[in-house]
Amino acid sequence: MTAPRAANETRRAKAITATWSLTKVRMLLAMRNRTFFFFSLMMPMLFLVGAVVFIGRHGGFLSEYVLGALLTVTVMGSFWGLSVQLVTFREQGILRRFRLAPIGAGPLLASSILSNYVITLPTLLVEILVCRWVLHIHNWGNPWAIFLLITFGSAAFSSFGLIVASVTNTMQETQLINQLIWLAFLFLSGATVPLSEMPLWIRRAALFMPATYLAAGLETSTTSRVNLVDLGTDVLGLAVALWVAFEISRRLFRWEPEAKVPRRAKLWVVVAMVPFFVFGTYENLYGGLLDRIDQTLNFHSIAAKHPERPAPQAHAEIPPQLSFPR
Amino acid sequence: MAAPVIEVRDLYKSYGPVEAVRGVSFAVEEGEVFGLLGPNGAGKTSTVEILEGLRTPDRGVVRVCGLDPQESGDRFKERIGAILQSTNLPDKLRVKEAIELFAELYERNVDTDELLKRFQLDEKSTAFYKNLSGGQKQRLALAMALVNDPQVVFLDEPTAGLDPQVRREIYDIIEDLKRAKKTVLITTHYIEEAERLCDRVAIVDSGKVIAHGTPRELKHSSAGSTRIEVRLARPLANGALAHIDAVNDCREFDGSYVLHSSRPPATIVALVKQLESEGNELQSLEMFSPTLEDVFIELTGRRLRE
Repeated sequence: MTAPRAANETRRAKAITATWSLTKVRMLLAMRNRTFFFFSLMMPMLFLVGAVVFIGRHGGFLSEYVLGALLTVTVMGSFWGLSVQLVTFREQGILRRFRLAPIGAGPLLASSILSNYVITLPTLLVEILVCRWVLHIHNWGNPWAIFLLITFGSAAFSSFGLIVASVTNTMQETQLINQLIWLAFLFLSGATVPLSEMPLWIRRAALFMPATYLAAGLETSTTSRVNLVDLGTDVLGLAVALWVAFEISRRLFRWEPEAKVPRRAKLWVVVAMVPFFVFGTYENLYGGLLDRIDQTLNFHSIAAKHPERPAPQAHAEIPPQLSFPR
Repeated sequence: MAAPVIEVRDLYKSYGPVEAVRGVSFAVEEGEVFGLLGPNGAGKTSTVEILEGLRTPDRGVVRVCGLDPQESGDRFKERIGAILQSTNLPDKLRVKEAIELFAELYERNVDTDELLKRFQLDEKSTAFYKNLSGGQKQRLALAMALVNDPQVVFLDEPTAGLDPQVRREIYDIIEDLKRAKKTVLITTHYIEEAERLCDRVAIVDSGKVIAHGTPRELKHSSAGSTRIEVRLARPLANGALAHIDAVNDCREFDGSYVLHSSRPPATIVALVKQLESEGNELQSLEMFSPTLEDVFIELTGRRLRE
């Protein structure tokens, strides 16, 4: 083995060890943090209980729709928690202590994403199980697709949060920007209000948002044994978002509270949006994501209103595997 | 002669219009405890943080273990340990977890249990960081600075804000480092700390080194002389002691005579002889050596803590 190659391998091994060590500690800290516990575990559970009570009274197609929505909101929550935590660490001077150690921004950020992912998984599992047994959703959907979307989604939204943390200077700024982005994610992606119910311009604008790909992907994969290939745009969109957002958050990362946001930060944030501009443009011009969303919703709605009818043909990829609540 | 472990040449650093470091130069040999002594805002922390690789200098040459802190990355970080003036750990991180985490980040590390014992933190190993006292937090910071058995240790105001008892405990630990032949750079504005711990000291003011040498050399090189305070059985006429051998100045304060002498032994012998010849008696005699504070006052006209 050549010397530079050996040095690279040593560096990589060190980065993996450091990432794992930090991940373990970050998980412990998260479990000891009441705020984190509340927002990451309790809030999704409250949503779940609310959904169970509401759907218990109204039922209908919503029971099929709710699991995808719940999973989407929980996964998107990664965005919120990590940005706040990173800014807190920077403001308290915790990051500068880590800066003295032989680790770069990469392992530190990767450990944030990884620990958040591991901690979010049990919540997601509980949501799936409660929906299955309490709301009587008989369909397991496509577990592999759900797993992939959750994995890429959680990591991508964590990375978005890390970008916010890097371009804001104070906790107040972080909270403000988070609120604005979060509201857009929550209400314009189809996660809470079905996109089918929205005006056309919002539906078209939603195609430029990463949250839409997560929401649409999870909606489809929780309700049908859809082929992974059919979720190509959703998974690819989130994977590219993860890669771009992580790289940008690593480049913009600031250890010191007084370090200024570099001028290039705005440019990098624009770069983070490029994949979604490309995906949004493609979907608006040639894609079938909006059709798929409409068909999935209509499909549940018709099936719920007319349980006696044979399952209608939602669209070519989905119908044969779909099951309906009875 | 071996190259110095720390070398700083013509270092400059500004923050906007404020020139924090203005042409600082010094070198620290292996196994030496070197102090940067100066008031708050003198540029000590900026200098040491440039040496730690946390800040980028505007100009000048900096080498630590022959490495440029800005360029050498992890190779440099593996060889240093540091206590920062302003830093923190997560509130709910336990003492043992903190030490073990940092040990895992380095290629080379020492036994963490041993470290906990050495810094008397073994009984607090499961305590949360937020529940530690100031002294315990500082001991933990020291333990973490040594977790990789570093060649060079930077201590930025390690005892600032601590009570005298804890300060003495920290002094003992630093003296252990000295015995272990670690190269230590310490910044402080405490005179006793610099005098007790440092082999050599650079006095820093307004971003410049205004004097450097061993504490003894600095005190001797200054015009500041030993103060001798005497009380006599019978009062003397004003200025009667001013002509005694090596006395530079003599004043009377509340019945005591305060002599400033450049050669205290000669002055004392001459004083005793004169009193005997006049039939007078010495009731008390106290001697005060010049301190680095005297040196600082002489050089700047200000006290260190002003």
